[in-house]
Amino acid sequence: MSTPTTHTDEFIKGLWRDNPVFIQVLGMCPALAVSNTAMNALTMGLATSFVLLMSGLSVSALARFIPREARIVCYICIIASFVTTVDYAIMAISLELHKSLGAFISLIVVNCLILGRSEAFASKNSMGRAAADALGMGVGFTAALLSIGMVREILGAGTLFNVELFPEGYQTWTVMVLPSGGFFAMAVWLLVVNAIKQRQETAARLKEEAS
Amino acid sequence: MTAPAVETRPATSVWSMYRAIVGIGLACALLIVAVFQGTADRIRQNQAEALKKALAEVLPQATSVLAVVDDGGSLVPREGADLPVFLGYDENGRLIGAAITGIGMGYQDNIRVLYAYSFAEEAITGFKVLESKETPGLGDKIEVEPHFVANFEALDVRLNPDGSALANALVTVGEGEKQSPWELDGITGATITSVAIGDILNGSAQQWVPLLNRYRDQYAMRPEAPPASEEGS
Amino acid sequence: MKLSRTLQIASSPHVSSGASVDHIMYHVVLALLPVVGFAVYAFGLAAALVIFTATASCVATEHFLNRLNRRETPVSDWSVTITGILYGLTLPPALPLWMVVIGGVFGVGIGKYLFGGLAYNAFNPALVGRAFLQAAFPQAMTHWSEAFSPGRFTDLPSSTLTIPMAEPVYDAVTSATPLAVMKFQNATTGVPELAFGLTSGSVGETCAALILAGGAYLALRNMLNWRIPVSILATVAGLSFLMNLIAPGEYASPVFMLFSGGLMLGAVFMATDMVASPITNAGCWLYGLLIGALVVVIRYWGGMPEGVMYAILLANAVSPHIDRLIQPTVFGTRPENGEKKDEQEGTA
Repeated sequence: MSTPTTHTDEFIKGLWRDNPVFIQVLGMCPALAVSNTAMNALTMGLATSFVLLMSGLSVSALARFIPREARIVCYICIIASFVTTVDYAIMAISLELHKSLGAFISLIVVNCLILGRSEAFASKNSMGRAAADALGMGVGFTAALLSIGMVREILGAGTLFNVELFPEGYQTWTVMVLPSGGFFAMAVWLLVVNAIKQRQETAARLKEEAS
Repeated sequence: MTAPAVETRPATSVWSMYRAIVGIGLACALLIVAVFQGTADRIRQNQAEALKKALAEVLPQATSVLAVVDDGGSLVPREGADLPVFLGYDENGRLIGAAITGIGMGYQDNIRVLYAYSFAEEAITGFKVLESKETPGLGDKIEVEPHFVANFEALDVRLNPDGSALANALVTVGEGEKQSPWELDGITGATITSVAIGDILNGSAQQWVPLLNRYRDQYAMRPEAPPASEEGS
Repeated sequence: MKLSRTLQIASSPHVSSGASVDHIMYHVVLALLPVVGFAVYAFGLAAALVIFTATASCVATEHFLNRLNRRETPVSDWSVTITGILYGLTLPPALPLWMVVIGGVFGVGIGKYLFGGLAYNAFNPALVGRAFLQAAFPQAMTHWSEAFSPGRFTDLPSSTLTIPMAEPVYDAVTSATPLAVMKFQNATTGVPELAFGLTSGSVGETCAALILAGGAYLALRNMLNWRIPVSILATVAGLSFLMNLIAPGEYASPVFMLFSGGLMLGAVFMATDMVASPITNAGCWLYGLLIGALVVVIRYWGGMPEGVMYAILLANAVSPHIDRLIQPTVFGTRPENGEKKDEQEGTA
């Protein structure tokens, strides 16, 4: 790790360089399971971001208060509370949405991304940094889920955010709304992301060699 | 007994661990209670609306409904029960059926269902899952799997001769093994969930179908005095 | 891969079996020609277009992906051509051509190239493409048009030229495959009809006799490990004979099982994919046994009428493990698990 200094750096890194889904490959379960429509992906991403931000702030604020031996218990307790909060909030906004996300809202508790950021970052950094990091990771996670969800919804249902995109008689790709479609969409995105990354690295190396 | 190796690092005092866990636990509990209180009204309202929509789906012929409860063996009109039951009336105000809420343990958590009972057919004629946390892709097939949904075109719940219980208990059988009209054709790969649906329906129908039939005449026409259906909107 | 004509340096032993990739592949194409010919004869113009599009899309994908990564294009060694022809042979005749292209791109791109290209593919790419189509477009993939329909050489089924991404509309006469008839109506089809391809089905799976002849030709030239098809067919015959003995009304006869569906095509041309099948002879027997057993299980007890494709793909996944299980001991060494296998009792 080099020395990322400003809060902006902490924010930016989650978007691309350390993107939780495409680079760190964390939180695969929701990324594959509830990315069948763009709406589900967006909700899931925002819910996770909220939990990430709130638990990051709390963990960072309470870091001195939490003894090392009991830290996992405390983190999980904090994360679970915020997840319950989100659960109620989504139920209050739309029961339909809550139903389509099913058990995956409660499963945010065990999303390794959140515990990972709490343990590896928030507990060792100031609240401001923790918030910047959590927001960056959250936006990165949401963007990744949304990009998978959009591909799956467009191909699998011919719609985007429930808006019909194609004229009558569009042939839907059944496989894309099935669980296996999640893996295919994920694989193709990983391919694209890695190809771009590789290209960037090669360009950077060539530049270095030239100078 | 002898474990000196542990002592290499100064241990945190028990008190500080206790303080942290209990403190955070209390704070979290407070947060959850506060959020619950704040959202409870909205959630209840949403649920009422969802229920109304579900009612229109399982009992499409009914134009108005009357909420009733089982008050120690007698059927009385009352709103706001935990497991609401609704008598459905057609446009002429005649009793045609009832929509009954049932609840029971599924694979993950309680499943809440709403099903329609038709007096004329003596059968369950509609079914809808109100709430479930069943495994996505497996257990949640109970709402979409065509052959499982087909169970509820007319699921036989005739009463026995003395009207105290169902003539045949509802039971879920293996996929493709449905023989009699009171059996539910199960789903391979979601056995527990589909069996749970059978149990939920059986438990609920054993209670409600005899009761409804006993009070059928009393409620045959829609009571005019309290405007029954238009609540919650 | 065809090497460039520069000096080739290789370490000893300098033994050549005379078989290079393009040499073998050329003969496989030769063995497939009668099957392709019959397919066109039975299903007409539509089949010709399906096979041509399948082959073209596979070759184009391979070429494009290699170009994209600045690798030497291996198209000239025929291997991807065979993948394309085989893939085309497994498709229903009236499948819209745009779907054919998608399956071909997926099979070669994801099933082969992502794993590292020729000789690194864990699964038979032709079947990967077909499996994807089966999952993506289940209705179109189970729409079988009638064989030997009168206007097959002059008219195209309306579904063939469907606009890309649009749902196909069918006008041609449809007819259930023998296996579907067996599964859903419990009626069997006569053996002569099955063996000589007078039934409906995928483009190239119907004529068992020609497929067997092609297989025999390759086996005689030692370009195909005969143990795999023999093991598969023997397992299917044995198991179905047993089941048929126990409950003749419920389970189809062994002869029907052998000659119906894609079993012949799968056993002879698909399961024998040199990369995705085991290396040792004993491994091949075991691999065939696994495929045969899976075919019988899926056909008898599964939800779908046909299971050859899934059986072969599953066995493909297992085949490296079969190799590890039956790893021959290098002479003079002690067998040790997890050691790298550099000495292989070859089949070449």
